[in-house]
Amino acid sequence: MSTLEIRDLHVAVGDKEILRGVDLTVRSGETHAIMGPNGSGKSTLAYAIAGHPKYTVTSGSVLLDGEDLLEMSVDERSRAGLFLAMQYPVEVPGVSVSNFLRSAITAVRGEAPKLREFAKELKAGMDALSIDPAFAQRNTNEGFSGGEKKRHEILQLELLKPKIAVLDETDSGLDVDALRVVSEGINRFRASGDTGVLLITHYTRILRYVKPDFVHVFAGGRVVEEGGPELADKLENEGYEAYVRDARKADTTSKASA
Amino acid sequence: MGLETKPLSTLHEKSSYDVADFPVPTGREEEWRFTPLSRLKGLHNGTAAVTGGVVVDVEAAPEVRVETVGRDDARLGKAYMPADRVSAQAYSSFEKATVVTVPRMTVASTPTVITLRGSGAGAAAYGHILVSVEPMAEAVLVLDHRGSAVYADNVEFDVAEGATLKVVSLQDWDDDAVHVSHHHARLGKDATFRSFVVTLGGDLVRLSPSVSYTAPGGDADLTGLYFVDAGQHLEHRLLVDHSVPNCRSNVTYKGALQGEDAHAVWIGDVIIRAEAEGTDTYELNRNLILTDGARADSVPNLEILTGEVAGAGHASASGRLDDEHIFYLQARGLPFDEARRLVIHGFFAQLLEKIEVPEIRERVLSAVEAELAR
Ligand SMILES: Nc1ncnc2c1ncn2[C@@H]1O[C@H](COP(=O)(O)OP(=O)(O)O)[C@@H](O)[C@H]1O
Ligand SMILES: [Mg+2]
Repeated sequence: MSTLEIRDLHVAVGDKEILRGVDLTVRSGETHAIMGPNGSGKSTLAYAIAGHPKYTVTSGSVLLDGEDLLEMSVDERSRAGLFLAMQYPVEVPGVSVSNFLRSAITAVRGEAPKLREFAKELKAGMDALSIDPAFAQRNTNEGFSGGEKKRHEILQLELLKPKIAVLDETDSGLDVDALRVVSEGINRFRASGDTGVLLITHYTRILRYVKPDFVHVFAGGRVVEEGGPELADKLENEGYEAYVRDARKADTTSKASA
Repeated sequence: MGLETKPLSTLHEKSSYDVADFPVPTGREEEWRFTPLSRLKGLHNGTAAVTGGVVVDVEAAPEVRVETVGRDDARLGKAYMPADRVSAQAYSSFEKATVVTVPRMTVASTPTVITLRGSGAGAAAYGHILVSVEPMAEAVLVLDHRGSAVYADNVEFDVAEGATLKVVSLQDWDDDAVHVSHHHARLGKDATFRSFVVTLGGDLVRLSPSVSYTAPGGDADLTGLYFVDAGQHLEHRLLVDHSVPNCRSNVTYKGALQGEDAHAVWIGDVIIRAEAEGTDTYELNRNLILTDGARADSVPNLEILTGEVAGAGHASASGRLDDEHIFYLQARGLPFDEARRLVIHGFFAQLLEKIEVPEIRERVLSAVEAELAR
């Protein structure tokens, strides 16, 4: 049983405040969808939790099972059980997928997997996500299509088995087939019941495959509305406009009063 | 012999066998401005006492002929004429030369390894090597520089029609060594030349690999890898002279630098002369600067004097480790040092794959690992 607890999180990039008080709790067994328009700060939330150096936490806290993630280095957070599937996975020249995954597994599990077992595990993981086995020898994410990169992120998710997964727009840019494959991967990961998922998305499409327990609407750097799956249907019909307008209004009011 | 001035080229202006034809460099000359002359231990101005010893040891493939010859051997100096003062000094000072011949149509079954072992940096030594690969022959050669020395030499690779020569030159000197060297390959019709230079050790290494073509169809691949530590000056000066039609060249040099006053210099001169139509050439240099205090000078120089090239390009970039690479790997649990190691490894990986001698590849790999562990 794990819990990710985000309290009153404020995050800046340079001088610019982007997150303005985010509160969110994700427990194992739960899937939380975070939905919001472009630029609302969804990736900033994901990066800040993972510890990207460009994002400065100016106040608030992030706890994983009571431990302060913000005190930990990026790799310590990962080894503590946090996983971030990136919106734009990074290309690492000269490092093969196989080497990358083996290094990651070794780091997260604390010991190197036996070569034969690793090969088996990798093959099974790739098969499940319809990834061509030849990808194991290719350089990490280099020359991958958008869909291939996202499958590769989900492969890592399934191999590393974190306690809490933050998936940043894993669905964006996928065609329906790829979306289904990726969603199945996420569902396999959820099936154990002792993992929590924070599913960041711009569209409601993926929620047909990965059913959320909670939906949070994100605008202007904070959660502006929360509800169950039915909130996603409302967004499907009405879009984000009303939330964006409100967020702007709140923004100008707070600036005027400052 | 008088001074020979090549027309048109601004890159490689003169060559001569005679030291006196080259003034003592002052450091202001284009070709010397990056080199700390005070650390050359007199190789450039005739003050180096010639008492040092570099022992040359050859372990040859059974099909290959190896001779040690005197200065008067008529075969020497045919493929290459010294292009600067230190090179001319070496040419006029060596006592014995090593001549390796791969006979016509012969495919050498094992690499030929020439080990050059320095016995101390207290005095200077000069050397000369000629590798002659006769028509349609094929060979792999390793030049393995170890120990400590103040050493200047010229190495001629004469690759005849249809022949193939693959060379790995490893500069794995001790910390106090000084080495100034020219490697020149002269390629006949349809000859193939592969050079892989690895420079790791030495206080100052200045290596100038060059290529010329005597007939169409020549194909040269010059690859280099260097790792510069605190206080080291490692300089590579490439020159590819396309003077005949339809030849190819590719230059790829990559280096990593770390520590105070680590200094890398890369000069990539490629000239495509008016008559060299159909030339295909590309040169690339990349430097990975791992710490403050390290400096890389990278000067690509592509001079095209014909309108009819098949391809010509160059690229040069020096930069830090990419934060996004490190972040991605750390986000997958790898501690910073491990992430850094993997990224640097990746930076060199494509190059390392090109080393065709497995033992050498392993040795370079573990040398790079050792550098990273420092
Ligand atoms: N690394 C960054 N540098 C500068 N501005 C950034 C950076 N990351 C995010 N921002 C800014 O923060 C805001 C939120 O961006 P982001 O978190 O990427 O939103 P979303 O993921 O919801 O589209 C945007 O205005 C964006 O321009
Ligand atoms: Mg985003």
